[in-house]
Amino acid sequence: MISDPSMSLSPHTASSASMPELDEDELLHVSLGPQHPSTHGVFRMNVALDGETVVSLKPVFGYLHRNHEKIAEGVTYLSSMPFTDRLDYICPLTNNWAYAQAVEKLAGIEVPERAEYIRIITAELTRLINHTAFVGFFLGDMGAWGSALMYAFREREKILDLFEDLTGARMMSNYMRFGGCRNDLPDGWAARASVLVNEFPRFLDELENLITGNEILIARTQNIGALPKEVLINGGITGPMLRAAGVAYDIRKAEPYGIYDRFKFRIPLGAVGDCYDRLMIRLLELRESLSILRQALDQLPEGAYIHPKAKIRNFKPPVGEAYARIESPKGELGFYLISDGSAQPFRYRIRPPSLINLTLLEDMCLGLDLADVVLILGSVDIVLGEVDR
Amino acid sequence: MSPVLNKSMESPAPTSSSSSPLPLADWTLPGIGLLKGMAVTATNMIQSYYRKDRMTTVQYPEERAPISPNFRNFPFLVYDGSDAMAGLRCTACLICENECPPKCIYIVLERDENGKSLKRPKVFDIDVSVCMNCGICVEVCPFDSIYMDGEYELSTPDRFDGLLFNKQRLARSTDYHAQLRPLEASEVATRREAEADKKLAAQAAKAAKANLDKQAKEQAAAELPAAAE
Repeated sequence: MISDPSMSLSPHTASSASMPELDEDELLHVSLGPQHPSTHGVFRMNVALDGETVVSLKPVFGYLHRNHEKIAEGVTYLSSMPFTDRLDYICPLTNNWAYAQAVEKLAGIEVPERAEYIRIITAELTRLINHTAFVGFFLGDMGAWGSALMYAFREREKILDLFEDLTGARMMSNYMRFGGCRNDLPDGWAARASVLVNEFPRFLDELENLITGNEILIARTQNIGALPKEVLINGGITGPMLRAAGVAYDIRKAEPYGIYDRFKFRIPLGAVGDCYDRLMIRLLELRESLSILRQALDQLPEGAYIHPKAKIRNFKPPVGEAYARIESPKGELGFYLISDGSAQPFRYRIRPPSLINLTLLEDMCLGLDLADVVLILGSVDIVLGEVDR
Repeated sequence: MSPVLNKSMESPAPTSSSSSPLPLADWTLPGIGLLKGMAVTATNMIQSYYRKDRMTTVQYPEERAPISPNFRNFPFLVYDGSDAMAGLRCTACLICENECPPKCIYIVLERDENGKSLKRPKVFDIDVSVCMNCGICVEVCPFDSIYMDGEYELSTPDRFDGLLFNKQRLARSTDYHAQLRPLEASEVATRREAEADKKLAAQAAKAAKANLDKQAKEQAAAELPAAAE
């Protein structure tokens, strides 16, 4: 499919084409991280520098490894649900949904309509949280630590309050169940969510006023870290990273899960795929999420929030395997399960978007300045809980 | 590298007047974008003195943010009546111990001298330094005996024994539960009453049936010798 050798995925073909031969002794080796303020968790990059220019970059991860997949094979299906909260801890509810969907596929459980609506509402609220926090952290990576992040967190707090009322916890929600949700919406919750959704565009205007016209931001982000579409597709990159490069691929449209096919929304696309596009894609996706939320809150039906025959105790899916994937705010989040008919999964595997999106980090950074590396890492939008599992 | 604005971005319909970024083709004075951003910061700073929704800091020990009625922290055990240890609803069935994801619950069943189960816990420990507040124990408990607490001021200088809650520490009255989560507690109370009524009715029916069976047997026994003759 790719005829141009410079588009191959081997990390050194791209560098050898553009970089002059260098004496290894003249390079400066820097270990960025694992405790670096801009690494978004415990993540290390071994960078070789020629002056300010990056010559090679080797990501080192595993500092946050906590054996999630193996633990899940030793506990019941339900017991893994709270552990999924801790994967991408910015958006626990989408993780819950992906796992619940995989188990539902495995066991053939139906989900009532109201539960599907609740899931979409919580998932899109999660996307609001993720993308606003992304903007704040991204500005922080650029050096504008403070205002943008504080404003983003102020809005995030309002959504977290809603989550606390609904699920009992601000972040570790443990809310989805196989066949529905754990509890129904509390009284007045939908009305409060509507108020939040209606007020949110005002904050988005404020945020866009704050950053998008900023000359420093434009100078720092445009034409930084772009890769050709083909390389991104071959690398398995998904989510806003891929769409920023102009590839129209969103699992909500490509393979609608839940009831996403009932809603009208658009997929924003970038053209260049640089850091600026990645930032703008998130800002535009926020508006689309708000439109999904408005539709879902308007149409929210009455009914059961969990399938009446859903089992909480003694749940044993039939022998088989299932892979379910959703469009998490960071990309394709998939769960692969093999059941041997017992109460515990025989194999439990996660396809985390953060890890796969990181694989092309070196290709994006080569030939750029060290300061841009921090920016590019920020634009990938990773959470180390998900990278290391 | 000259900054190029990515014009072909498929932008959603404008939802407000001020949302689109400045296109560089319409060149303006450099620094206008910066000034616009600073205006936002200044507005926020000034409004933080008088706008309620911009004032977000709660001065914690003096004032407390309201706790959501759904908020969950660590589990507690419910007892009926006034004697905490005798009234525990827990039957030491070990379901929560098995389902607990981080395995922070430790239960030992109490037995009499003949080894017969007394259906109550001899030891019921929860290591709250391991507990991850998921609430799965509450969901799987078939005896309505364990619920999530809302207490959050739990600091202790002793990180081992101070964080290992035994059954005396965990026991809470039904009144406490009703006060903490009125909705859930009343639901549970009505369900338990209905179940108790059903059980009583079932017992009465069983007794009546046993009575009938006994009468029928006696009758048959009375008829049997007659038939034999």
